[in-house]
Amino acid sequence: MALSLDDVARLAHLARIEVEPRDAERMLAHLTGIFRLIEQMQAVDTGGVEPMAHARGVTLRLREDRVTEPDRRAAFQEIAPQVEAGLYLVPKVIE
Amino acid sequence: MLNFTIRQLGAELAARRVSSVEIARYFLQRATRLGKAFNAFITLDEEKTLTQARAADALIATGKAGPLTGIPVAHKDIFCAEGWRTTCGSKMLENFIAPYDAHVIGRCKAAGAVVLGKTNMDEFAMGSSNETSFYGPVRNPWNTEMVPGGSSGGSAAAVAARLAPAATGTDTGGSIRQPAALSGVCGLKPTYGVCSRYGMIAFASSLDQAGPFAKTAEDLALLLDAMAGFDARDSTSLERVPEDYARDLEKPIKGLRIGLPRELFAEGMAPDVAKAVDTALAEFRKLGCEPVEVSLPNMRLAVPVYYVLAPAEASSNLARYDGVRYGYRAPEYVDLLDMYKKTRAQGFGAEVKRRILIGTYVLSHGYYDAYYLKAQQLRRLIANDFVAAFRQCDVILGPTSPTTAFKIGEKAADPVQMYLSDIYTIPANLAGLPAMSIPCGFDRQMLPVGLQIIGDYFSEARMLNTAHQYQQATDWHMKMPEDVTS
Repeated sequence: MALSLDDVARLAHLARIEVEPRDAERMLAHLTGIFRLIEQMQAVDTGGVEPMAHARGVTLRLREDRVTEPDRRAAFQEIAPQVEAGLYLVPKVIE
Repeated sequence: MLNFTIRQLGAELAARRVSSVEIARYFLQRATRLGKAFNAFITLDEEKTLTQARAADALIATGKAGPLTGIPVAHKDIFCAEGWRTTCGSKMLENFIAPYDAHVIGRCKAAGAVVLGKTNMDEFAMGSSNETSFYGPVRNPWNTEMVPGGSSGGSAAAVAARLAPAATGTDTGGSIRQPAALSGVCGLKPTYGVCSRYGMIAFASSLDQAGPFAKTAEDLALLLDAMAGFDARDSTSLERVPEDYARDLEKPIKGLRIGLPRELFAEGMAPDVAKAVDTALAEFRKLGCEPVEVSLPNMRLAVPVYYVLAPAEASSNLARYDGVRYGYRAPEYVDLLDMYKKTRAQGFGAEVKRRILIGTYVLSHGYYDAYYLKAQQLRRLIANDFVAAFRQCDVILGPTSPTTAFKIGEKAADPVQMYLSDIYTIPANLAGLPAMSIPCGFDRQMLPVGLQIIGDYFSEARMLNTAHQYQQATDWHMKMPEDVTS
């Protein structure tokens, strides 16, 4: 598998990270090296092996449907970049 | 007080020979003065620390003190601590004041420990040298041209330079053990699920685990007693009966079966590291332990597997940094999409961006099976290797890192070389096993070598027993850099 500059641009868009064209070349070189390392995985046949999603066999707990958290809206909004009247402000998305 | 353990400081406090405020002032003064030279701390807040110390003194006066009451502990800046700036080593969270305590912080506070400050770290815990921190690299107290290891480099350096008696860290692929080894201190990553991840800024959630740094195995046990415990707010927190991790420290280890994986000793280890580890193994034989050769045949795939799984989880976890609810927002943008892209481009450093892009790729349409699923299958094979090995032995011993500390800048330009620094530590994370590093000697440049002890699930008490018995027979763990004794 060989990555291209177009791939870097596509991934950067998907990840919502602006990458300047002059940085894209270096990013491509680094990612290519890392994927060369990752390709070593293909050397082992894993047919029929059950994937391990978690470190331990985790079963999700269920809890009672009741309110456990206090209302801390003011404290949480205090650290937001921009709020008004209890709302988080973002650039207009609907014309 | 300089080289006192938690246990010794506790005895001084109990005998009223010193107060918690005096201990806090002593270490705050060191952290301020020497902390700058090593860049070990991102945030110190004398008033907050002393307020807690005063409360500890009041508790001691009532005779209700526990082993950690009044002991200053430095916390990795990945743990949210209410009212404290919590940056995770990133520009993204430069002005983030945590509105609540992580479970680990809350547990330490409840045990009476005093928050000494927030330590420097690789950005979002992504790094093995502490060079990816937005707040500058941490310097190794044994030689300031060298890295302290990472990602918990500030915590390791703080304990090594005796700026704090103990510290907390997190370990996703070796971020407690590798810096412990490179900085010459003890560090332990518990079994996955022992410490709650609540309030611990997420990197790779199926691997992240908190643990203690200290000078001795005994101190690790005392700090782990406080840090561990069930927490309903973390869905992977384990419901277990609380343990006394120090309960087996004094047991003789005669007859302990020590597994030596041939792959851990095979290749790539620096000769000085091999020599120090061999000398340590001879000491264990003297203590009556029985070496057993074991095999971890899939271990060589651990690094590639890790660099699929951890970035995949990171790309998902770090999607939350969008400049809307907290953290950095770019000052100029044309629309919402542009705001996201510029915020993330300016707020994240190069290594974090690399890992987000790797994660995005391996999870993207058409590649999931070839990368993510494949990595999860190999993860199973690596975990199975350990299951087989622990049928033959009680603990596994080997090097923590293939080399001692390397020069700042030496591996910064080549991510793959940096990643291979964690080749011996990553397997335990993938399997979810507890593992620790303790000092076991020095190389020719007087840089510390770490010995790794990997245990079976929930065998922390036995690992600490193993380490403690070694530390009763040797004194590598009490050595400290000459420059810090003033």
